[in-house]
Amino acid sequence: MREMQSIKKVIGSIEFGILSPQEIRKMSAAEITVPDTYDDDGYPIEGGLMDKRLGVIDPGLRCETCGARYGECPGHFGHIELARPVIHVGFAKTIYRILESTCRECGRIKLTEEEIKDYMKKLELVGDRKKARDKLIREIHKKAKERMVCPHCGAPQFPLKFERPTIYWEVRKDELGNEYRHRMMPTEIRDRLERIPDRDLPLLGLHPEKSRPEWMVLTVLPVPPVTVRPSITLESGIRAEDDLTHKLVDILRINNRLKTNIEAGAPQLIIEDLWDLLQYHVTTYINNETSGVPPAKHKSGRPLKTLAQRLKGKEGRFRGNLSGKRVNFSARTVISPDPMISINEVGVPLAIAMELTVPEKVTEFNIEKLREMVLNGPEKYPGANYVIDPQGRRIKLMESNKEKMADMLDIGWTVERHLLDGDIVLFNRQPSLHRMSIMAHRVRVMPYKTFRLNLAVCPPYNADFDGDEMNLHVPQTEEAQAEARILMEVQNHIISPRYGGPIIGGIQDHISGGYLLTREGAYFTRSEVEQMLMFAGVDIDKLPEPDKVENGVEYWSGKTIFSLLLPEGLTIWYRNKLCDDPSKCEPLEKLIEEKLLPDPEEVKKLAYDGFVYIQNGKLLSGAIDKKAYGREDGKILDIIVREYGVERARQFLDQVTKLAIWVITHKGFTTAIDDEDLPEEAMDRIKEIIREAEERVNRLIEAYKAGELEPLPGKTLEETLESKIMAVLAEARDNAGKVAEQYLGMNNFAVIMAKTGARGKILNITQMAALLGQQSIRGKRLHRGYRGRVLSHFKPGDLGARARGFIVNSYKSGLTPQEYFFHAMGGREGLVDTAVRTAQSGYMQRRLINALQDLKVDYDGTVRDPTGIIVQFRYGEDGVDPMKSWQGKTVDVERVIVRSLLKLRAKR
Amino acid sequence: MAAKKGFNIFAHELVPEHRILSEEEKEELLKKYKIKISQLPQIKAKDPAVQALGAKPGDIIEIKRKSPTAGVYYYYRIVVED
Repeated sequence: MREMQSIKKVIGSIEFGILSPQEIRKMSAAEITVPDTYDDDGYPIEGGLMDKRLGVIDPGLRCETCGARYGECPGHFGHIELARPVIHVGFAKTIYRILESTCRECGRIKLTEEEIKDYMKKLELVGDRKKARDKLIREIHKKAKERMVCPHCGAPQFPLKFERPTIYWEVRKDELGNEYRHRMMPTEIRDRLERIPDRDLPLLGLHPEKSRPEWMVLTVLPVPPVTVRPSITLESGIRAEDDLTHKLVDILRINNRLKTNIEAGAPQLIIEDLWDLLQYHVTTYINNETSGVPPAKHKSGRPLKTLAQRLKGKEGRFRGNLSGKRVNFSARTVISPDPMISINEVGVPLAIAMELTVPEKVTEFNIEKLREMVLNGPEKYPGANYVIDPQGRRIKLMESNKEKMADMLDIGWTVERHLLDGDIVLFNRQPSLHRMSIMAHRVRVMPYKTFRLNLAVCPPYNADFDGDEMNLHVPQTEEAQAEARILMEVQNHIISPRYGGPIIGGIQDHISGGYLLTREGAYFTRSEVEQMLMFAGVDIDKLPEPDKVENGVEYWSGKTIFSLLLPEGLTIWYRNKLCDDPSKCEPLEKLIEEKLLPDPEEVKKLAYDGFVYIQNGKLLSGAIDKKAYGREDGKILDIIVREYGVERARQFLDQVTKLAIWVITHKGFTTAIDDEDLPEEAMDRIKEIIREAEERVNRLIEAYKAGELEPLPGKTLEETLESKIMAVLAEARDNAGKVAEQYLGMNNFAVIMAKTGARGKILNITQMAALLGQQSIRGKRLHRGYRGRVLSHFKPGDLGARARGFIVNSYKSGLTPQEYFFHAMGGREGLVDTAVRTAQSGYMQRRLINALQDLKVDYDGTVRDPTGIIVQFRYGEDGVDPMKSWQGKTVDVERVIVRSLLKLRAKR
Repeated sequence: MAAKKGFNIFAHELVPEHRILSEEEKEELLKKYKIKISQLPQIKAKDPAVQALGAKPGDIIEIKRKSPTAGVYYYYRIVVED
């Protein structure tokens, strides 16, 4: 099969206008007069709707206009000469407006010369702003239509009536002053429109050269090419014509009848009837859903799909075929995790790798490899599915022809080979809410049937593995591949443009593992160290000196091992999430401030898990938590991206996550119900806290009932009571939580997860171990249900803690039935909120995107819309790309100073 | 047109500085951004700040705003009829 002979041109601009009768005739290849398609032999009738001059859809025939065959000929327009003009429904309202605004005698717009001059100036000022322009045009129309005497020729004007869809009346007066209605036929309307001079047209919203008003009344009808309305041959051999063809047949039939009647001098009444019928057919041909017109039906009763129906709606040409279209070279399947592949890789199932192809040009450097692949054919990986010869012929590879094709393969051919490891592909998960929803990955062909992805890239895609599916696309040209590689690869998106910090980073076990590795007192033997470094893919020649030797056994601290992954020369310090005692951080901070690069031994003496100090790529103090390389606030990761580049950051992230996973799997990490065990003593203290709180609540209620409660400013007495009770109960829960925290240390896995930021909050542990606390709806204590009480288990009017949704039990101790119901009430609000929120924010996002999608930053730094209207004189007011910013700021001055100092120090 | 007696809106801390550009400055601005008048952001003549300044349609107003990202940020708007 030969490729279609395409003329390669670049679209410079697009203009919209109305086709003039001359233009329609000029672009027409044939006048169509016969209301028929094929003759009895199934051959296109000349002058019929399937005329060979309009292109051909039957294999074997040649187009009489361009001489090309089926599949090559793009088709050509024809035309129908209408016996009488008809209104174009799409312009019916516009015609009405124009008629109302202009004089019925001289055709001038019914405005005085001054007004014309004034409005012309305003129109110029308004420029391309559509809303303002429409408003101005409406204003002009309103003014002009009310003039009952033409200011130019002095002719009296009559009011007009418009009857949907295409009937116009003029309300005239006879000599006696009696009103009567005169029906204006399209001929008369066309005459009037013709009289409007070009210079008045801008005020009517028309362009004099591109859209003369009389062209809105059709005298000639274009007939779309056959290729636009192909007939389908059913298995039974019967031809079924396209809906458009059916409609055109109707039009031609009536048109011919009208013509013969006019020629025969038939009575006016009959002619007008036929004229209206022609109008009906042309109307439904253009839009079969015009209000006030019964839709034209197919024989089966199905309404016909005519021109407007082809364009409109979700499945229409615009939304269905132009804004969005189905694509080739794509795949979709379920995703599953693989911690062993890099963050910029994607595991592709073998079956998909053999279906998707990449075109590769044959050169002297790859001919042997490609010949081998062609020889493998489509069924053996790594093979190829198609070859393209230098003439551009695409040949499908089959078991039968693969040897022959491999033989013929030469430089200048192209091979559509299977996906190979390292190919660049685009990976996407819906909803595609931000740029990180589509990123470029490198292929890793794997067995089984799911896409595999590294866990660190779950957050940008918002993916999990409970059945999520994702899409994959293969860029086909070198340009597209290069663009994807340079702009879209995962490591380029570690820093999010949303807040200028990392969005890709370690999650969950990566954080817990990092903590277990680097906390004070974590030491590993030689075999452990060797294993974990091998697992993480760290390539070093020699281990550093052991940190300590006990009983002849060498031990390395986790900090030393972690340091092996850090780039050389990296110096940074920060307080992390584990820092709950500032006094332990301060001596270190002071030391650093004084000496900048203090003696490592000195630091080690002061080392505290809550304060991280890395000197020249050596972790000297502090444990790793979410602030190190977690998503959203990974400081170390952030610095590595900015000072050592995205590639180094990718390598660091790959290694550090694997290292953490090794540690966590080999040390063992789990959480069970006994993680929430509290000693008797603690439970007693919690119970005492609850008892006290309830007592205080009761005292408040008594004070309220006795009228002794002072209202807070701006609140009623009841509101004051509520807020005071809520404060007391919140305090009680916090205190109980603190008690629980005291008894649960950093050897408790749940606490490790909460404190390092790996998963969950301390609050969650409190709710499991101590008590759930107050349940609320819309920030208030529960109060709805029965009259004066939430559940029938309480006395009406009981304002006590337990009666209004305060839960004194914990998840572990178990809830009472009443508490369980309260909990469900609070939980339901959460569910409703998320449902409503996603719906609302989704709609808001859609509106915002629609409003902002065409804005761009110009080379001069301004933000403009496509017509050049300025929105911002400098992007974001400071012209800074948020992705290159430091947490939204242009520069991190402090870091710049520190780096300069470090550089100075290094020189010395 | 003139501001209401006794109340100067520009004295309010939330109202940024407004200034009418001279003819030369107008020329320069349009040349700097290579734009037509119609491509400037608009402000209606009935806008309180415009009325207080006494600007007429066709004037360009320079607004000096405080910006959290850039410190000072100049914005230009063409006065249009309501």
